[in-house]
Amino acid sequence: MTQPDNFGFGEEAGLLKDSARKFFADNFTTDKLHRMVASDHNPERMSACVWDRDLWQQMVELGWTSLAIPESAGGLGLPLVAVAGLVEELGRAAFPCPLLGSLNATYVLSACDSGGEAALTEIAEGMTATLAITNAQGSWDLTDTGVESTNGQLNGMAYFVQDARKADRLLVSARTKKGLSLYWVATDAAGVTIAPDAIVDLTRDQAHVSFENVQAQAVSDNGVAALSQAMPAIWTLLAADITGAAEWQLQTTVEYAGTRQQFEHPLGFFQAVKHPLVDVMILIDQCKSLVYNAACAFDMQPPRAAEFAHMAKASASECAAFASSRSVQSHGGIGFTWECFIHLYFKRQKHSQLLWGDAAWHRAQLANILIGTAA
Amino acid sequence: MSESARQDSPEQAEFRQYCRQWLASNKPGEPSVRLPLSPLEIMTEEQLSYLQGWQKSAYDAGLVGCDYPVAVGGGGRTDCQRIANDEMIGARTPFMPNVIGLGMAAPTVFHHGQEALKERLLPRLFSGEDIWCQGFSEPGAGSDLASVQTFAERKGDKWVINGHKVWTSLAHFAEWMILLLRTDRSHKYDGLSYFVVPIKSALGKGVTVRPLIKITGETGFNEVIFEDLEVDDGYRLDELGKGWQVAMTTLLHERGAGELQTPRSGGMKSKATHSTNTANLIELARVTSRNGKPAADDPLIRDRIMQLVIQEAGLGQNQRRARVSALQDHPARLLLQNKLLASEIAQAIGATAMEVEGASASLYLGDDNAPAGGQWPMAYMNSYGMTIAAGTSEIQRNILGERVLGLAKSK
Repeated sequence: MTQPDNFGFGEEAGLLKDSARKFFADNFTTDKLHRMVASDHNPERMSACVWDRDLWQQMVELGWTSLAIPESAGGLGLPLVAVAGLVEELGRAAFPCPLLGSLNATYVLSACDSGGEAALTEIAEGMTATLAITNAQGSWDLTDTGVESTNGQLNGMAYFVQDARKADRLLVSARTKKGLSLYWVATDAAGVTIAPDAIVDLTRDQAHVSFENVQAQAVSDNGVAALSQAMPAIWTLLAADITGAAEWQLQTTVEYAGTRQQFEHPLGFFQAVKHPLVDVMILIDQCKSLVYNAACAFDMQPPRAAEFAHMAKASASECAAFASSRSVQSHGGIGFTWECFIHLYFKRQKHSQLLWGDAAWHRAQLANILIGTAA
Repeated sequence: MSESARQDSPEQAEFRQYCRQWLASNKPGEPSVRLPLSPLEIMTEEQLSYLQGWQKSAYDAGLVGCDYPVAVGGGGRTDCQRIANDEMIGARTPFMPNVIGLGMAAPTVFHHGQEALKERLLPRLFSGEDIWCQGFSEPGAGSDLASVQTFAERKGDKWVINGHKVWTSLAHFAEWMILLLRTDRSHKYDGLSYFVVPIKSALGKGVTVRPLIKITGETGFNEVIFEDLEVDDGYRLDELGKGWQVAMTTLLHERGAGELQTPRSGGMKSKATHSTNTANLIELARVTSRNGKPAADDPLIRDRIMQLVIQEAGLGQNQRRARVSALQDHPARLLLQNKLLASEIAQAIGATAMEVEGASASLYLGDDNAPAGGQWPMAYMNSYGMTIAAGTSEIQRNILGERVLGLAKSK
């Protein structure tokens, strides 16, 4: 199985990406984002969960939550490469919403054989979802979970659950006698308690979720296989989000470097500013190229999907870190303030950098594939 | 079917088939001489004649200059050079010796030369019978290329050239040179002109070529001194004083961002040649022992190598994405990164290889115990040629910052 030269990024994908860009440009400015999520600067604030549900409803009506759902389950069945284009635009806008979580759940459910179909239909009908598969230590090892399943009842805790308060459904991984199973659980089911985390990132919410004798039906009894198949898509989409957000950081910083004058020159005249910004651009382009390569592999070259997705997310994490660092530093004093919009993306990117594995973790996995496991 | 083959136009598909068949029976055999690492390190007549033989046969078969018009010695095809390149690289042919001719002189002469000049020069350039060199840098004009002082003074319909060019790869074999010089000392950029100049036929008659020895100890590049060399006005490519614009065509192609595909060929390994890539670096780490274990098991080395694998893959995917307009924000943004990234990645791979080798990295080509024949220290040293030549990495970052990001022009 090989990849086409154009990543399989066809006309339909191009139209979707362009329309998403226009949608956010028309409806959701950074100024609006700041007013919405940054009203409380108290560092000890509890994490709020504010988002624009009207705009989200429009996104649902545009079909964006069902893009990746197979046509058999009522979705549009678009390839990951097209979805990545949309998510790049979502990252550029830093729009708080449960789209990534719902897409992540979609890819896991699609890997669950027949057990996932009813849940996929729910997503296609507008239900939002998120993954609850991480333990208290934030381990990215898929076999680690803080939830146990006995006699069809879930008990335990899931941590680092993204946008939990925006989700209607949780996709939970739980240890059973036989291994790892996946469950589809309503966030308002009896015994489910969502406890918000107080987080740095203002554009997301995050929670730890407790399960107390929660009745649940398994969507897969081979959870590791389903998760392993879906993770390359999940890493790739987060990398796409990072790419879009980094491009916003770059363009915003370049604009500032063009207007702010010191020593009778705009900042961008000085190579100590100019060259690092070029290096940000280089990292964005590396990341973006690797994202579409990974997405295309997921669509058309599954044996290499994990390898290429590790490359994409490792690259994205480096890109997120460096673009964030330079965006604040190049803005100087104003970049260190709450009023400058730069901090919204700085915080989102630091969150994304570490989520689902940082650069070193993905490189270690990549080394296991390319070199083999170390003795 | 290869991944690129699936996208071929009918003309490309047919041409690919033809190239593949031709290469299957005409790829040259192993040379009797050691091949240099790249065309810019050709040191002996034996190396040159083997490589020239290959270029000539590839040209005669139609694999060189494919997209140039038939009238100037080309193949008259549309977007087929990259097909030939795919197949030649896939077949691991030797590289072609006339790199400066193919990559820089040909597109420049083609875009700016008179018809008669093109018809005269390009066929022998494509065939490799005439080797070309590039006279741009001078002792006082490196990154600030437009400050060149080599001067041409008008004398009727002739010009008399005096000056000093340096870092001139292949000048010791070259018939022709592309030459950036000055015809007016009162204007920096608008005082420049651009000539093609016969070198070999003028040796000892106004042209002196002297070798410069590289940091590696190899020869391969030179200084070229002009003393009252007379050339015809017909060898001038620019409208007088517009030489800088012509030089930009050359530099665009030199940096891999021109629209005319350069013939590429290569991959043949002889005993002492290898490529600076991460596959070879991983192989080195596997066979190198470090504290009693393979270096490839050391977590820090694994991490470092994976960083380079990702950079290398990113560059490859950039080149792929550069052909998908829907996934680009600016037409030159990816192309202008090519040279910068390729050279810096090669340098980092060389540096990492030496760290992997540890104490054995001290051993050079002449030592029987040197790992990989001492190629890694040589590749590492040579990589500085790439990060300095054709616009230093610092100049590349200026270009990217100014042309793509629109930042203010630096001095």
